[in-house]
Amino acid sequence: MNDKPKDAKIICRCEDLTEDEIIKYIEQGYHTLEEIKRASRAGMGHCQGRTCQRLIAQIISKKLGIPLENIKPPTARPPVKPIPIKAILNLKRKDTTQD
Amino acid sequence: MTTKDAVIIGGGIVGVSLLYYLARNGMRNVLLIERNYLGSGATGRCGGGIRQQWSTEINIKLAMLGREIFANLSDELGHDIEWHSGGYLIPVYTEEFAQQARKNIELQRKLGLEVELLKPEEIKSIVPQFNPADVILATYCPTDGHANPFKTVFAYAKAAQALGTEIWEYCEVQSINRKGTCYEILTPHDTVATPILVNAAGGWANIIAKMIGIELPTTPYRHEILVTEPVEHFLDPLIISFDGDYYFRQEHNGGIVGGMGNPDEPPGINHRSSLHFLIEFSHKLAKAMPILRDVRIIRQWAGLYLMSPDSQHIMGDINGIDGYYQIVGFSGHGFMLGPISSKLLADYITDGKRSEFIDAFSYRRFEEGTIQKEVSVV
Repeated sequence: MNDKPKDAKIICRCEDLTEDEIIKYIEQGYHTLEEIKRASRAGMGHCQGRTCQRLIAQIISKKLGIPLENIKPPTARPPVKPIPIKAILNLKRKDTTQD
Repeated sequence: MTTKDAVIIGGGIVGVSLLYYLARNGMRNVLLIERNYLGSGATGRCGGGIRQQWSTEINIKLAMLGREIFANLSDELGHDIEWHSGGYLIPVYTEEFAQQARKNIELQRKLGLEVELLKPEEIKSIVPQFNPADVILATYCPTDGHANPFKTVFAYAKAAQALGTEIWEYCEVQSINRKGTCYEILTPHDTVATPILVNAAGGWANIIAKMIGIELPTTPYRHEILVTEPVEHFLDPLIISFDGDYYFRQEHNGGIVGGMGNPDEPPGINHRSSLHFLIEFSHKLAKAMPILRDVRIIRQWAGLYLMSPDSQHIMGDINGIDGYYQIVGFSGHGFMLGPISSKLLADYITDGKRSEFIDAFSYRRFEEGTIQKEVSVV
């Protein structure tokens, strides 16, 4: 399964992406966290980017010479942590679309 | 001031595929303007299904041609779009929809589509894990499929750029003025003059149309969707039910992605996620696929359907408005029907080629009152 070099630096553990792979996406023209996420799946796994997002922001910053504070984080999406469907079934159903 | 032969507004599947087909037809001095990043609107938020099982003749014919495009697209564009010909399974729960399904199948078969009518107990031969409780019948088309919307958008954009076209991202159109035979488009990057302007702005199309004085009969609505953690591959077809009001499929990486409509959804541009959807859709998913009860949901989000009065898109020009074209109102089916529609529109723009599709999906149908509503919609 794993074809990564032995000394590869893993950036996104959920989706198994190395620093070199992230750099390749940046070189292909994906310059923001949102685009890199969609192209590579970095940050789409169980942890929702909690580990890799800051690391990828640093790689973008270094590679493109953009100050770290100018790199926009991707939209945070619910749920905060993965929830089993059977646990959601216990929540109270309500007739609202207000939120 | 930048001068272009044509400008497309909107960088979703429709805009990028149109950019590619215009360039392939020889029109290369073309610019695409996107307010955010490519695929940031409905395309990058959609379910990714590619279906030919429709209720109107024109949609079936269009979708069959569209499916051919997807089946060969990775090779044509030189990037993998994760096309998977896993079929579409459509369970039916009510007598009204069962009658419609029988009518649909008859029409689909007449048009050459391979589609099966299944009894509830026959569904397990396609998806053993599906719970057939309350199902009256199901239809199944093995040549339907799904693909990765992000990768498809990126593949079209890269191929279009390689042919010499240009894309401006993070660039929101501020205003559009008619100057002689040109449109002058004001953006934060530069002002662009073009004799041909195409509105492919998806959920934002009404705003663009208003800038040139057109009131579109379309309305944006939020649709919500979620994805589970990846599980071992077990599900080939996309499963959709129009009366059960749900759809889901297994992605290339193993996650189950799915959603439902909401009849109480108010119109408007809204991308927020609701707890209501998370709970309601979990109930539907757990009932249809009990095996997924232990699987965890990791993310939910929302996108826009731009609904047209007959749930079919509007494309082509408008009488009396020279140089303006639109390809809008896909009503939730822009990903699957976008590429073929863009290809037909490109042929119309560059070569004046009129097909039955250009006539059928013209804006004029609302003026002439000849609309036939597509009913196979979630």
